[in-house]
Amino acid sequence: MTASGGLSSNPYDHVPSLDPSDPPKIEGSERQNLLSRYYPDYRPEHKSTLRVGCNKGDVVPDEISQILESRSLLETKVDRMVPKEPDADVDLLIIGGGGAGMTAALFAQESGAKVLLATKLRVGDSNTVMAEGGIQVALGGDDSPVNHFKDAYRGGHFVGKPDLLSVLVKEGPDVIGWLVRKGVLFDRDSSGNLSLRKGGGTSRPRLISAKDYTGLEIVRVLKEDLLNSGVAIWEFAPAVELLQGPEGSCAGAVFRDVDSGKLKWVKAKSVLLATGGTGRLHIGSFATSNHFGATGDGLVMAYRLGAGLINMDSFQYHPTGVIYPSEMAGMLITEAVRGAGARLYNKSGKRFVPELETRDVVAAAIIRECEEGRGVRTPAGHFGVYLDLASIDRDMGEGTVSKRFPNIVKLMGKHQVDCTVQPILVYPTLHYQNGGVTTDTMGHTSVPHLYVAGEVSGGVHGKNRLMGNSLLEVFVYGRRVGMIASEEAQKRNPFSWHEVSVTHVERFENELEREFPGTHLSEAPLLFPDYRNHPDNALA
Amino acid sequence: MFRYEVPEGAQLIRVWINGKEWQVPEGLTMVQAMWHTGHEVIHGIGCLGGVCGACAAVYRMPGDFHLYNALACQTLVKADMAFSLIASFPSQRANYNIETLPDPKEGLFELYPESATCRNCNACTEVCPQGIDVRDSVWRAVFGDFKTVTEETMSCVMCGLCVSRCIAEMAPHEIALYARRAYGARELPFPENLKVRLEAVHAGSYDADLDRLGGLDPNLLKKECETK
Repeated sequence: MTASGGLSSNPYDHVPSLDPSDPPKIEGSERQNLLSRYYPDYRPEHKSTLRVGCNKGDVVPDEISQILESRSLLETKVDRMVPKEPDADVDLLIIGGGGAGMTAALFAQESGAKVLLATKLRVGDSNTVMAEGGIQVALGGDDSPVNHFKDAYRGGHFVGKPDLLSVLVKEGPDVIGWLVRKGVLFDRDSSGNLSLRKGGGTSRPRLISAKDYTGLEIVRVLKEDLLNSGVAIWEFAPAVELLQGPEGSCAGAVFRDVDSGKLKWVKAKSVLLATGGTGRLHIGSFATSNHFGATGDGLVMAYRLGAGLINMDSFQYHPTGVIYPSEMAGMLITEAVRGAGARLYNKSGKRFVPELETRDVVAAAIIRECEEGRGVRTPAGHFGVYLDLASIDRDMGEGTVSKRFPNIVKLMGKHQVDCTVQPILVYPTLHYQNGGVTTDTMGHTSVPHLYVAGEVSGGVHGKNRLMGNSLLEVFVYGRRVGMIASEEAQKRNPFSWHEVSVTHVERFENELEREFPGTHLSEAPLLFPDYRNHPDNALA
Repeated sequence: MFRYEVPEGAQLIRVWINGKEWQVPEGLTMVQAMWHTGHEVIHGIGCLGGVCGACAAVYRMPGDFHLYNALACQTLVKADMAFSLIASFPSQRANYNIETLPDPKEGLFELYPESATCRNCNACTEVCPQGIDVRDSVWRAVFGDFKTVTEETMSCVMCGLCVSRCIAEMAPHEIALYARRAYGARELPFPENLKVRLEAVHAGSYDADLDRLGGLDPNLLKKECETK
């Protein structure tokens, strides 16, 4: 049934009258109380303590421990036999073809390195292409990278790494310049400046955007340049394991071609993981805004090789994912609509949280409303709250929603919801992995010659990311780490293919066997989510 | 465990997927209907959010000669619909450097000479799942009105369905991308606010402040960042 399909309980048929009076303010300690009671990261359920690997003792969501404490996809002795020759031998191997991977490849190629980029879907298929609202870059006359730093550090609850943040805010303008010179069309104001919009948790308007197609606009351009660049590209080639070289270093990776099923072995002087996030693990059974491939493969492979992780208890549940119509579950409605004046209402038509609080606070407030009986029930028995965009047109002029958010209007329209007049039913959606592989400002991990950039890395956003900082991160760190990893590749002491193995996998599995004797552990990386035949899956 | 749900009270309907008949509940998208029937879909899924262009599809309804188009992750199945995923359609892509092309308007005819051979059949516009006026954007590009091309083609997901229908055998989405980039890189002036900020960054104007913040004890840093 579609939204207008005549179900008697269609929640879009019975919208209460919406009272625009200000919502209650959230003062001091209330913010922390709200988070501890309602935000999934702070709640005790569905958590486990890691028993194996270098983050032993850390408490993480069950879905994360399941992929980290898992068996290899290289199941048999034959799978683990290193072939006589590698299928490719390169300076820099980039795993992942999203924003960070593409950017790294372009800069590495320019520096003269021999580069191979492998990705499990097509180049550009990533969370980057889905970015709607914008990129934070401090361009306002009353703004500066220093203000940007302070906002991001505060937004991350004072646990982000200052050195990583410093690089992010300082190199931001450079990468935006790089994109503009390539012909990326960010919105301009009447005097030709890049338009600056408001996002949650920031002190100044600082978001540049391309309507609500920001990621798409950038990826179209970068993908064209990458495909024309001469960089070797393997598509539909997910990595299944990293390779170990001399002295515990990283020396390449093993891939499993989607179509032939064959394993392909790559020797590399530097390996850059740009594998993105974990939304498709559906942590805590949440729906997700993430692309099909966001299964945390990089975390799994890096952890087995001995790379440390940071803040793996911290995830971003974006406050406003569609909860109904059910076939759209999890799809993101950008925070930029709240920046423009969209409001949240509970089932009585009352506002309940200042809409531009940080994402975690707004999400926690929505969960509170739904758990305390003030949510709107969907036919399937879920609950959500109303996100009303109509006030944007009332405040800023008729047609503003269609002009600034054409993508959302189009997508909701395909499911028979006219969001210029009807409020959208939303609930928090799993959106971003705040933590990840521990890194420094050069993209190094605790494993020599293994680098990370983008969402797979952790530290920069602390325990809550502000809107527009991840899109900035993929380009700033993609560029920086792409160049550093290729430079360091060319300086690396030569090593031979005979010194390369997957013995770290065996070592890890032995440790698992000691900790979980006789227990059946699942295999990872997952590569792709399977919505087909799971016994719990209503679609099956 | 998260699941995509079958809507309450959904009736079973008949559909043809890649030419084979199946029964599926109504209220599913085409991709969900493929999962429901056990298809493993990898070629043909990207973002599941309607922006990556991986899941272009065509369909027909009985008794109707029209060929319809869709993004399979966003389009609900209907009773008696016959659909197929077109996961990839080959097209010609020019290799160029937008920053150094001598004359972007002339460059279009060197890189995509076929762009001037449009025969106005409008099939590209009719097949576009994003509702773009593709035919008009090709003509605008040919006449050098790159600005209008950028406005018309903002939502292009590069699925390539337009290529599949073009009787002049061109790749309208690639032509549009070229025109977009030429406009952004060569016609629009570099934004002044970005230029000013870049000069300040390169002059090191923020280094001292950022270094100082980075060197602070965590408690002092917290204090300094606490208020907006």
